[in-house]
Amino acid sequence: MKRVFTSHNVLPGFGLSMGFTMLYLSLIVLIPLAALIFRAMTHGFGAMWATVTEPRVIASFRLSFGASFLAACVNGVFGLTVAWALVRYRFPGRRLIDALVDLPFALPTAVAGIALTSVYAPNGWLGRPLEAIGMPVAFRPLGVIVALTFIGLPFVVRTLQPVIEDLDQEVEEAAASLGANRGQTFVRVILPSLLPAWLTGFTLSFARAIGEYGSVVFISGNLPLRTEIAPLLIMTKLEQYDYAGATAISVVMLLASFALLWIINALQWWSGRRAAARR
Amino acid sequence: MGIRVDGVTKIFGAFKALDGVDLHVPAGELVALLGPSGSGKTSLLRIIAGLERPDHGTILFGGEDATARDVRERRVGFVFQHYALFRHMTVFENVAFGLRVRPRSRRPGQQDIRARVEQLLRLVQLDWLGDRLPSQLSGGQRQRVALARALAVEPEVLLLDEPFGSLDAKVRQELRRWLRRLHDEIHLTGVFVTHDQEEALEVADRVVVMNQGRIEQVGRPEEVFDRPATSFVMNFLGSVNIFHGRVESGKALLGPFSLDYPDHPHAESRPAAGYTRPHELDVSRSEDGDGLWARLSGLNVAGPVVKLELSAPAGPIQVEMARDRYDDLKPQLGETLYVRPRKVRIFLGSDREEGGL
Repeated sequence: MKRVFTSHNVLPGFGLSMGFTMLYLSLIVLIPLAALIFRAMTHGFGAMWATVTEPRVIASFRLSFGASFLAACVNGVFGLTVAWALVRYRFPGRRLIDALVDLPFALPTAVAGIALTSVYAPNGWLGRPLEAIGMPVAFRPLGVIVALTFIGLPFVVRTLQPVIEDLDQEVEEAAASLGANRGQTFVRVILPSLLPAWLTGFTLSFARAIGEYGSVVFISGNLPLRTEIAPLLIMTKLEQYDYAGATAISVVMLLASFALLWIINALQWWSGRRAAARR
Repeated sequence: MGIRVDGVTKIFGAFKALDGVDLHVPAGELVALLGPSGSGKTSLLRIIAGLERPDHGTILFGGEDATARDVRERRVGFVFQHYALFRHMTVFENVAFGLRVRPRSRRPGQQDIRARVEQLLRLVQLDWLGDRLPSQLSGGQRQRVALARALAVEPEVLLLDEPFGSLDAKVRQELRRWLRRLHDEIHLTGVFVTHDQEEALEVADRVVVMNQGRIEQVGRPEEVFDRPATSFVMNFLGSVNIFHGRVESGKALLGPFSLDYPDHPHAESRPAAGYTRPHELDVSRSEDGDGLWARLSGLNVAGPVVKLELSAPAGPIQVEMARDRYDDLKPQLGETLYVRPRKVRIFLGSDREEGGL
């Protein structure tokens, strides 16, 4: 049986490690998810559909996915810039900035939420001038985007950094010796090499933003139909003992997450194949 | 277009990569920069290309000062050691790149680009591989794509960094001859860097031997091989046997040998060393002329020349002899043989002087 799955390997233990992997994944991931879907089924498809098509729920999905997508776009642009600056330039404080990139990973999301709210609130450092120019952030969808951008940045930076480090500078010199200017070199030579990792970083940041709860609930103000995100709605339903409704929203979120993960894996497979083809 | 390098110095931190280098590359010649790693040959090539700026000195292209000119404006074709092909582009697109990035006013039309690229791919004998990605090619094929790509921009100077460095012996041989033929066909001024003396001597019109950021000797291949200017050049261009000794009163005393050395007629004695190539030694069973006895300790008969290793009191001696001579002599391992150099070059101290026998 082993022979089917593995070619000869110097390290033994395929059976043991495979068994452990399956058991662990089942306990931690598969069984809880199966329970969720099973639970949703018991309430009947009709009731589920009724819940997830409520205007308030639809609005929360729209905000969650829309704001996450926009935040991921912002991160895609600025994450690339940050990663590029960190890899390519040597400047004082580079190591500090490199460490700061991880802060959104490490910080409890509630802390991030409170910090962002106090800065962007109408009487905060940034909130006051922004309010003055007619662009309030806190308690608006824009605030949600800001919070989701904050927590998604490390994903783009950290996926791009090793790829930028791996770029062969000779290739850029080759482009220059062939007469390409900096812009042409970047667009025609560098970007295509970064694209797979960039897409992966974008998707990871997007997926993370969809599930984000803690940092958003403070800055959004949670106005139904306007600034209420889907994870918050699940919490609200649970607090009202509406388990069926909470489960229905959860299943939709679960399916969306699965779809995103599938895209991430497809992208990684694609970039992996391209990387393998380079050798 | 001829290239002139005037007093070029390049310093990386505390390391002096180039130390006041002067060099003239006549138009249409293929010149090899030969030297061990760290000799500054690649730095010199990159400075000629404009990929690196010299700290002092000037670069003249066809008499015009090009020192401040950017690599984009120098009209050089540069072939990188590891080819530096664009991995996400097909062979065709790689070659077309230099034409496609031209400003609109000078950019050829689609038809012209296609025709030009196809012509170049035929020139490098890869016209059937236009649709492949670089990853699907062998090392030798990638090398030729890199060359076609560099030629696409119609450079006036072709620069190659270790062009055959990462290829296996057989492919390297073929590509070498092919590059020589190609150069004879298209008559570009060419400079290539190599650490392989055989490659330099076989391909180049002129060889520049470099050591520690300086040029040791410039000359035609047979010149640098037969009349090395310094002991370094002698040593670097193939194996040598070294006999240490002294010169005084017009004589060179090198252990068992003593040779006439009219270049040093003074009574004062100076250290010197005699250099002899393995094929410049005669081996026989009888003592005749100036030579020494040595025991045969190693023998390699495979190949057109037979390689012998002999142990002499002063150290091992390498000898190469023709197969016929070996068949006549049939030396046995452990036998003591008489070794006589036909030609010895004498270098004073470690410095430059030449003598003959």
